[in-house]
Amino acid sequence: MKNTAELPDLAQGLLAGARENEQFEVCLSRGRSTTVKAYLGQIESVRSGASQAVGVRIVVDGRQGFATAGSLDPEVLKQVVKEARENLQFAESDPDQGIAIPDGVAPPGLDLTDPAVLQLTEEDRAAVAIELERRCLSSDSRITGVRSAAWSDGWGEFALASTSGIAVQSEGGSCSVGVQPLAMQGTETQIGYAGDAARRPDALDLDRVVSEAVEDATRMLGATKPSSEKVTVVLEPSVAAAFLGTVVGALTGERVIKGRSPFAERLGEQIAVAQLTLVDDPTNIESLGADNHDGEGLAARRNVIVDSGVLSQFLHNSYTGRRAGTSSTGSAVRGPRSTPSVGIHALSIAPGVNNRDELFAKIKKGVFIRGVNGLHSGVNPVSGDFSVGAYGQRIQNGALGEPFREATIASTLQRMLLDIVEIGGDFEFLPSGTGMTSIAIADVALSGI
Amino acid sequence: MSEKMLGPLLDRDLIQETISTAMSKGGQWAEVFVEDRQSASAEFDEGRVESMVSSRDLGAGIRVTVGEATGFAHTADLSLEGLREAALAAAAAARGGNHIEPVALRGQGASLNRAEILPSTVSKARKIELTRQTDAAAREVDSAITQVSVRYSEGRRRILVANSDGVFNGDDQTRILLSVNCVASGDQGLQTGRETVGYTVGFELFDQYDVEAMARRAARRAITKLEARPAPSGQLPVVIQRGGGGVLFHEACGHGLEADLVDKGASVFRDRIGELVASPTVTLVDDGTMGSEWGTIAIDDEGCLSQRNVLIENGVLTDYMWDHSRSRSSGREPSGNGRRQSYQHIPMVRMTNTFVMNGEIEPEDIVSDTEKGVYVAQLGGGQVNTATGDFVFGMTEAYLIEDGRITAPLRESNLIGNGPDVLQNIELIGNDFAMGSPGTCGKDGQGVPVGDGQPTLRVASLTIGGTAS
Repeated sequence: MKNTAELPDLAQGLLAGARENEQFEVCLSRGRSTTVKAYLGQIESVRSGASQAVGVRIVVDGRQGFATAGSLDPEVLKQVVKEARENLQFAESDPDQGIAIPDGVAPPGLDLTDPAVLQLTEEDRAAVAIELERRCLSSDSRITGVRSAAWSDGWGEFALASTSGIAVQSEGGSCSVGVQPLAMQGTETQIGYAGDAARRPDALDLDRVVSEAVEDATRMLGATKPSSEKVTVVLEPSVAAAFLGTVVGALTGERVIKGRSPFAERLGEQIAVAQLTLVDDPTNIESLGADNHDGEGLAARRNVIVDSGVLSQFLHNSYTGRRAGTSSTGSAVRGPRSTPSVGIHALSIAPGVNNRDELFAKIKKGVFIRGVNGLHSGVNPVSGDFSVGAYGQRIQNGALGEPFREATIASTLQRMLLDIVEIGGDFEFLPSGTGMTSIAIADVALSGI
Repeated sequence: MSEKMLGPLLDRDLIQETISTAMSKGGQWAEVFVEDRQSASAEFDEGRVESMVSSRDLGAGIRVTVGEATGFAHTADLSLEGLREAALAAAAAARGGNHIEPVALRGQGASLNRAEILPSTVSKARKIELTRQTDAAAREVDSAITQVSVRYSEGRRRILVANSDGVFNGDDQTRILLSVNCVASGDQGLQTGRETVGYTVGFELFDQYDVEAMARRAARRAITKLEARPAPSGQLPVVIQRGGGGVLFHEACGHGLEADLVDKGASVFRDRIGELVASPTVTLVDDGTMGSEWGTIAIDDEGCLSQRNVLIENGVLTDYMWDHSRSRSSGREPSGNGRRQSYQHIPMVRMTNTFVMNGEIEPEDIVSDTEKGVYVAQLGGGQVNTATGDFVFGMTEAYLIEDGRITAPLRESNLIGNGPDVLQNIELIGNDFAMGSPGTCGKDGQGVPVGDGQPTLRVASLTIGGTAS
């Protein structure tokens, strides 16, 4: 049952079975991952596993069929091809449907295959998880426990080939840590979180993870509900990334061509303040989202989405590009388990100049948002309505003050882009691969008491 | 053997041998979980079938424990050699105890599929017809409906759980889901309306369920919101329509009653068994045996029979929810709440169908008793911080209540509250219990199907996260 063949060979083997009238694309992956969690100074759990996946997409006369499975077993591969063929019989023809056609753009040639994670031993992994927990517990007397201290790493291979002549492969590893300390004061408990991710273990910044996680938990002790009013909010980089990620989600081809974006008709218009420039740049190796190819095997490329506040382009895969009368921007996102959608690989903001304290200094009354929740339920990317749970600290007369919780911030995506008052100079690449700064936005409704 | 009653997914001797291998390094307890999942879906969008997708996953997860340590390994290779390799990997992480001989497997490991009509036996053409019918019904509602997308999906999940205590149980779960999303276009921009139906049931669901009525509800929800005004900002009484807000209880207190979070001090409900934690009118139940509801299971993913667990009775906290490891370390019986997303995951404490029982008040009296407030007809997803109990959830259909009457529709926004506070602040509970929409509950990166429900009820005060003053 074990299939040890090289993925590109397996892919070519499947392609050989394509029929004359078929556009045929095969996507394969194989990988392994390990997660170690520590609790009370001991290993709590070690989870490891190998996984495989295949996805076959066949298009005939604009009708697309897709099937997928979690195995590279030869019998399974045969069955997946059969299912994909059967499924396309039921799809309706769409003249723009089809696999990607090579467009001559050269891939950036990034070397993303760092074998460092392959050298890790169980002892190495456990040591980091135990160390994370221990350091959180010893860093502040108010830290009474750690809900979870985890190490994860993985290695994966990927291959994609199609009858249009695309044949790409990649291989690489990554590792990450995450820790959730609990801070207690009287009967109150607060939970914090911080994490980091990198391509190699020595690039993880454990000092920073510990200090951020501990601060995240302890800073919220004694937090109270704020009063309801319109205020200027400063979003910390991870929160700014969540906000702008939602905006860019509404600038992807699928949403736009189907009329499900509030920005669908606004190409070339000023949708944000002139200080805002957003690019999706998977060619920058600094980002963990960097890649040589997109999910259809086209070259990854740098796309300027918002240029000094002007909506300069939408992101497309081959299908949405054709439908919109343009071409793919190399923005197909997918694994073998799904058909290609359109998405962000490595969103990045053009930083301003002032650090966070300088941003605060200009605000008489406002709030610093350390975290949000309910993004999946409180933001409607079709209407643009934005309302999320928020916690953080008050800003008074230019300085950070008391913590607050159990509040929401609300506006619309459209308004918030125009209400940006300053973009910070505190640029960083987040573990998600997004390059972000703090952002100050005026006139946001804070709801509490 | 019929397609509905099937023998074990894997041979008994093969499993028994794998358990022995898993305990060969001194593991004190071992488990083999085998899963075969087949699913299919159809997307109908912009008036045509966009795609049909089928998917298959088959594999095993092997778990070994010694003391508080767990070793777990998963594999898609179900040969003797593949299972042995995974068993040894799991054993390596949980080793060093005295040798214990596993108990011989008892039971049949067989599984019964309770679906009357297995979806795999229904033609793909019939499933597409269903999506087409749903699309047409939504579009007929109003010309302002500019986009409709319909998604049909079916999944069959066969599982086999065996462990060194001799457990050898199987289950065969079939679920069907149909959802419709409508976009309405008006002068003020776009609005959306969504409806979902999902049950742990076969294709016979559509003999009774009126998909056209569901489509019309989704379309009307989008149309209604075109006229919506911004939601208020600040605290108000909130009336939640029956079946529209069970997610509040799932988030507000359900997660805090999961024994793993309680044990780690990450729950506001720790050490509070026997205390009055809610208004005395509140009885909260988690019930995995409930008919064909979305969160229903015959056994959990650790082989325990699913059961009905009363968590809060007349306001008093009666029990937490348990999985195998937490119940074992606490010296009590598990409660059938050990669940996992797939064979690649370690199970943990999860909810099934979580709901508030009926009160005695007529629902219309609850509205007429409310001078000023918000009426929530449908809540979207939510999220909770179990350490503080603070939760949020989105209102996908809501109205103002003015002088005891439901008036203007409101734009989407989040509600925020605190679980323990809300439980104390439930003032009125109706007599019109209904289950809500099917949901997927996410915890530590694992999603499992869950149901929720509640009668119409009023919370004295929640913070509405709108923009209007």
